Amino acid sequence: MIDFSLLPDGGTRWLDGSGEHAEVVLSTRVRLARNVEGFAFTSRARDGERLRVLGQLRDAMPKVESLKGGVILRVDELATPDRQLLHERHLVSRELAGLDGTLAVRTGAALVLADEVSVMVNEEDHLRLQAMRSGFDPLGAFGAATALDDELGRFVPYAWHGEFGFLTACPTNTGTGLRVSVLIHLPGLVLTKEISKVLAGLQQMGLTYRGLYGEGSEVVGNYFQISNQTTLGKSEVELLDQLSRVVRHVVEREEEARHVLLRDAGYIIEDKLWRAYGTLRYARSLTFDEAMNYLSGVRLALSLKLLSSPSVYTLNKLLIHCQAAHVAQYDGRATLSDGDASVARARFVRDALAADVGSHG
Amino acid sequence: MVCDSCRERDAVVHLTQVVEGAVTQVHLCETCAADKGVETTVAAPKTPLTSLLQTVQQQLTTSATDQARCSFCQASYKDFRASGRLGCARCYSTFEAQLRDLLQRVHGATRHLGRQYGSPAPEQLQRASTVLELREQLRRAIELEQFEQAARLRDQLKEVAE
Repeated sequence: MIDFSLLPDGGTRWLDGSGEHAEVVLSTRVRLARNVEGFAFTSRARDGERLRVLGQLRDAMPKVESLKGGVILRVDELATPDRQLLHERHLVSRELAGLDGTLAVRTGAALVLADEVSVMVNEEDHLRLQAMRSGFDPLGAFGAATALDDELGRFVPYAWHGEFGFLTACPTNTGTGLRVSVLIHLPGLVLTKEISKVLAGLQQMGLTYRGLYGEGSEVVGNYFQISNQTTLGKSEVELLDQLSRVVRHVVEREEEARHVLLRDAGYIIEDKLWRAYGTLRYARSLTFDEAMNYLSGVRLALSLKLLSSPSVYTLNKLLIHCQAAHVAQYDGRATLSDGDASVARARFVRDALAADVGSHG
Repeated sequence: MVCDSCRERDAVVHLTQVVEGAVTQVHLCETCAADKGVETTVAAPKTPLTSLLQTVQQQLTTSATDQARCSFCQASYKDFRASGRLGCARCYSTFEAQLRDLLQRVHGATRHLGRQYGSPAPEQLQRASTVLELREQLRRAIELEQFEQAARLRDQLKEVAE
């Protein structure tokens, strides 16, 4: 089993609950797609080419300030449960982890994890430079990703075109190669049924949304990921600016909706949220979807000051630890049946919430 | 709230628009919204990939372009249409016309306006990458039994190495 204590912050400092609008926006992620000149793109490359791409990155690492002290995880050498753990921590995509169903894990698939940034190697593109921040911080995340990009580009030659910009395997990423996405919690808009209008508005603004775990994933627990849809024809700053303005607007709408809920349906909401907390504290079996929905309720209760504990950080950790591979690891097994997983999940949640109550006196 | 258009019925559709960078809100009743062609139900999110693949499928290509292959990775445009992914950076030159058209449809632009990249790389780095690239091409040519091409590449490699 993978030992997350060896990774900087277990790879989840971005969930510490700090940052702007942290009550609504859980985290901000920026990724830059880059390819190394002289090699076929990942899906057409042979094993040897992908290994040489990884080799180039390994050679550059000691010279690149942003990657100092970082570790290389050979994803292709990890067992399935470990790859799943990395995916559940949002450190690697389904594709890189070989969990896509159709694609097995590729030779040369790797993750470089440093303090502020990480790099997925041999994903759809050779290099996916990533920076994650807690709360709403597109500029901070972009700054970290760009610092890495500037440095790395001096030692690893990128595929570049005078007109089209940075060249990527899929033309939807060509140009800046920039994808900025925020993980946002919108229970107020869902409960007041305003959400569909907000989401329809996003698409008119050149943005898109998806569920908690990236492309194709379902919306669960009122968590949405909002990101830019186009990457070419606008500068990085314009793209960030456009997304920031829309997200700030969505945050305002969400805050309004929360006030409306409390004003118009005070005791109903209060009862619903306390029941969510009660279920998480004492239930003996919880499915993943149940856990996500109740955690959403408790998070809303915290932001409405109906509850004073658990901490946002505890809730964020539970978001990660309620997933299948983490529950199995907690139970000391590689995989669990659905029934066993629900029982283990409920036990983990009970322990975490009890500990949090303890720490708050 | 009254509809901004007819000023009679209640507004039920709240539209956020961006015009030249300024965000404005328009409130419409159902009838006026329908008149203006505003979609009031939320369809499944259109992922960039879906719209890309649709565009690719729609593109009419002659059999000649279908058969053209990238000189570096040997991928054809047909391969791209099947997988949604290009084979290598050279494909952008090989299929430039089709891709320019595609980029325009997907992004509404073809010219990159963001950060510029010039590998300020020392000449050695450039030579190293040229050598790598040539070696890679040579390996591919041999694998595909394109021996004339292989001989040419071998000569080029010799020149660069000197």
